[in-house]
Amino acid sequence: MELLVATAVGALTAAGIYMILRLRTFPVIIGTSLISYAVNIFLFASGRLMLDAPPILREGVEIYTDPLPQALVLTAIVISFGMTAVVVMMAVGSYLSAGDDMVNEPADLAEVQHAASAKRGGGQA
Amino acid sequence: MSLFLIIALPFLGALLPGLMIQAGRQSCFIVTFLVTASAAIGLATHAPAVLAGEVVTARLEWLPQLGLNVNLFLDPLGLMFAGLILGIGLLIIVYARFYLSRDDDMGEFYSYLLLFQGAMVGIVMSDNVLMLLVFWELTSLSSFLLIGYWKHLPEGRQGARMALTVTGLGGLAMIGGMLLLGQIVGSYDLTVILENRELIQASPLYAPALILILLGCFTKSAQFPFHFWLPHAMAAPTPVSAYLHSATMVKAGLFLMARMWPVLSGTDLWVITVSSVGLITMVLGALIAIFKDDLKALLAFSTVSHLGLITFLLGTGTAFGAMAAVFHIINHATFKAALFMIAGIVDHAAHTRDIKRLGGLRRLMPISFAIATIAALSMAGIPLLNGFLSKEMMLDLALDTTLFGSPYLVAGVATLGALLSAAYSFRFIAHTFLGKERSDYPAKPHDPGVGLWIAPALLIIPVVVIGVAPFLVEPFIKAVTQAVIGTAAELPEEHIKVWHGWVPAFGMSMIAVFGGLLVLAMFRPLAMLWEATPRPEAKTMFDSVIRGAVSASRVLAERLHNNSFSRYAAFFVVTVVAVGAHAWFTGANAAATRQMLPISPVGFAGWLMVMLATGFLVALHRNRLAVLILMGIIGVMVSIGFNYFSAPDLALTQISVEVVTIVLLLLALNFMPNSTPKESSVLRRARDIVLSVAGGMAAAGLIYSVMMSDFPIESISEYHLANSYKGGGGTNVVNVILVDFRGFDTFGEIIVLGIAALVIYALTEALLSGPVRARLLNRGYEEARAGDAHPLMMVVLTRVLMPVVLMVGVYIFLRGHNEPGGGFIAGLIVAIAVVMQYMASGFIWADNRQRYPYHGIIGAGVLCAGLTGIGAWFAGAPFLTSAFGYFRIPPLEEFELATAMGFDLGVFLAVVGAVMLSLESFSRLGRRAGIEDSDYAMDIDPSRDETANGMEN
Repeated sequence: MELLVATAVGALTAAGIYMILRLRTFPVIIGTSLISYAVNIFLFASGRLMLDAPPILREGVEIYTDPLPQALVLTAIVISFGMTAVVVMMAVGSYLSAGDDMVNEPADLAEVQHAASAKRGGGQA
Repeated sequence: MSLFLIIALPFLGALLPGLMIQAGRQSCFIVTFLVTASAAIGLATHAPAVLAGEVVTARLEWLPQLGLNVNLFLDPLGLMFAGLILGIGLLIIVYARFYLSRDDDMGEFYSYLLLFQGAMVGIVMSDNVLMLLVFWELTSLSSFLLIGYWKHLPEGRQGARMALTVTGLGGLAMIGGMLLLGQIVGSYDLTVILENRELIQASPLYAPALILILLGCFTKSAQFPFHFWLPHAMAAPTPVSAYLHSATMVKAGLFLMARMWPVLSGTDLWVITVSSVGLITMVLGALIAIFKDDLKALLAFSTVSHLGLITFLLGTGTAFGAMAAVFHIINHATFKAALFMIAGIVDHAAHTRDIKRLGGLRRLMPISFAIATIAALSMAGIPLLNGFLSKEMMLDLALDTTLFGSPYLVAGVATLGALLSAAYSFRFIAHTFLGKERSDYPAKPHDPGVGLWIAPALLIIPVVVIGVAPFLVEPFIKAVTQAVIGTAAELPEEHIKVWHGWVPAFGMSMIAVFGGLLVLAMFRPLAMLWEATPRPEAKTMFDSVIRGAVSASRVLAERLHNNSFSRYAAFFVVTVVAVGAHAWFTGANAAATRQMLPISPVGFAGWLMVMLATGFLVALHRNRLAVLILMGIIGVMVSIGFNYFSAPDLALTQISVEVVTIVLLLLALNFMPNSTPKESSVLRRARDIVLSVAGGMAAAGLIYSVMMSDFPIESISEYHLANSYKGGGGTNVVNVILVDFRGFDTFGEIIVLGIAALVIYALTEALLSGPVRARLLNRGYEEARAGDAHPLMMVVLTRVLMPVVLMVGVYIFLRGHNEPGGGFIAGLIVAIAVVMQYMASGFIWADNRQRYPYHGIIGAGVLCAGLTGIGAWFAGAPFLTSAFGYFRIPPLEEFELATAMGFDLGVFLAVVGAVMLSLESFSRLGRRAGIEDSDYAMDIDPSRDETANGMEN
């Protein structure tokens, strides 16, 4: 199972990074959310995986999974909601007031436009 | 009076002048005076004990783990400096009262002055080098404020900046030096450090520590080659110059050299560095001073020169030198403060400080003339004044000092310094007050009121009294000297006497005096020669260094910051992966010590879903709605995964957060384009794929190796498991950790969550009050809207569900301490119940039925959690200590009540409020956009139409 969890973390991280490197705000937000999943699973898994041993104390039960990462991840999940909400609001605000949802300032915009016009030129030829 | 109070008084008192200025300048002045006077009286009460050999201490632990404690002590050296700081401070306060004009904000001035005073007293009383460093930096900062007090003058601002840069850099060096000293000795307590002379001087770290500390002292005390900032600081109001450059700021470096004298002095490195720097500064400062035409500039360079003299005395490393240094510190403080004040008075009366435009003021300003003459003659080293005594001690010492193998070098240089010093002193008197009366003064000079001249007049008294009867102060000087040298040397037996007989030092003194007169007589040709000599200009050099640093950092910043977020993100990924890879390939990776859990079909299915959803998400990411659906799948799978691996609380939290996140993103998508255009080049996409695969592999590899090995050190989790029920009264360990063991963290987190929600609210408000509002009102939709936005079925269903969901919320909340659940999860569930109403019945309908503002709910939550925490204080326990007990009310079974429940209630309220405020803000944007306009819950409502019809009938 550890292998599956690790590959899932890897896949979520990779997808998150790829989305964060896109040029529009919405994919960047999605990317941070994906990375939040990955990080939360990562932290949780650092307590090692265990089946059927929830940290709820019971008479006669001696083995429990590590409760500490769970407590930390629980608040992290809620906080990442708060963070996502703020970032989404900023993205909406910037889209509404600026009229576009590019993440980069014009310096990079020029590069993008250059690439786009080069492509258009290529199409014509 | 406690030493703490003596230091605290100026700091606390600094608040008063700013307030009292409202009541007028006089009351502002009186309050400031009283603050300093009470600190001075407090100091005076300790004087008899300190002089009797007792060391007064006050100790308070602050951060003992770092060795940083508020330890104070008062010995004769500290007493002398604190006395100078507070005593001359009082005179400066009086002088400034009459010096500042009506346009100057007196409250601000006195506030800065008191801040500075407190910092200085702190330096001289600290018994902990880290505390000393804190006060040291405070003097740099507060002197910056004082020097730049006339903010409208460019010279003032530039001078203040230069002083801060130079002394601040020196301060940085000194931090390094002090930390090294602490490292050597193993303690940051000054008294302990001072007892370890052999240990320190034998250490290989001695040389770097000494050089760093000396850098701090030399910059502060304006020693060559850092002397250039001091004359530029003269742009400050004269009371500031008189205070900072006679008794306080610049003496701080000397104080520290004196304080550290027992452990740092005596080595060749010390003697060569300190005494040669002192000698160079003395001669150079005096030479420049002679040819300065600005009275204050002349005094500034003369201060540099005298500081060099004292540095030289300390640098000789002899007990006699230390005694002479102590004596000259007092003498210089008295005559120099008086002279600065006189310069201010002349400036005030004649409206100029330019010597070339002055002269002949003797008759016009007789009082000032008398004071200035006595003070300046003392500075020149004329017998029967105090400056003579300490200068002769210096010359005497110079005769005995051999530097660079030559016994005459020091004596010669010292005599030259004394000669130049006499020359500028004579020039100060002759060219300002003597000579012919002129008719072209910018203003008619006259003696000022008693308020201005009383302070320098009082300072002249010790100048004369000490000069005539030095035996009066000799016991005090000896006591201070003893404090300086400690056990490192024997107290010198020499007495301070006016007449020593025809000794060589007296001859050198006479050479200096007559040589000085000669220089004055030949001033004109000498000045022309001086003008013709090329000299490096410190300010241009300093400015070009600063300009270079600024432009270098600007280039660097612009290279790194081209306003492309993608680029920063890429840098970040590359750096993290590279550092991780470095660690991975150079470190030894522990072999797997754990058995892998067998792969179950259910687990595999969940994994497949996550992988497929992630893959599709990236492939289809241009379709934003599809992205949200795929995100939902991932979220649900993650939540199931948490449950599978024994984390029921996480599973519950994840799934409820998932719901609100998707609702939030759907709301946001309302206002944004629903697809992402294809715009990055193939090359760029290839680069991003490489980066992200590398990042993903790094994360996967790291967590895999973590999961496959056991804890390298014992985890604290065992403690939590063992004490959860015993100490926290709950069987759900995760919840007990949240509300009890780590309650402080949780408290912080709900506050952060609340702030995030408020930020969203504020952003919405800002958007709605700007031009965006009109744009929202006028925007059209590209696609057709659903006809029935609020279908009857959904409205009815959500209303029926509402009480059920609320009940579930209450249940989850109540059982949280012992079973999976708790405030976070319950809060999210209740929020979802309310959001459903908004979604089904429309914003206005739901909003009209919502009685409590969400900000209030957040506030109530934080308050509730905070009050529960404070409640522990009444039981004599620290903040957030929880208590619990078991109760029985007859018809019910025995149940448990824990204070943690109040805290969890706070968490619950804060979460409900924060989630709802965020979502509501988005809805308000939507309402402005005209999406939502109905007052009614359902678009088509048979009952409503009936009533309407009935009323018409």
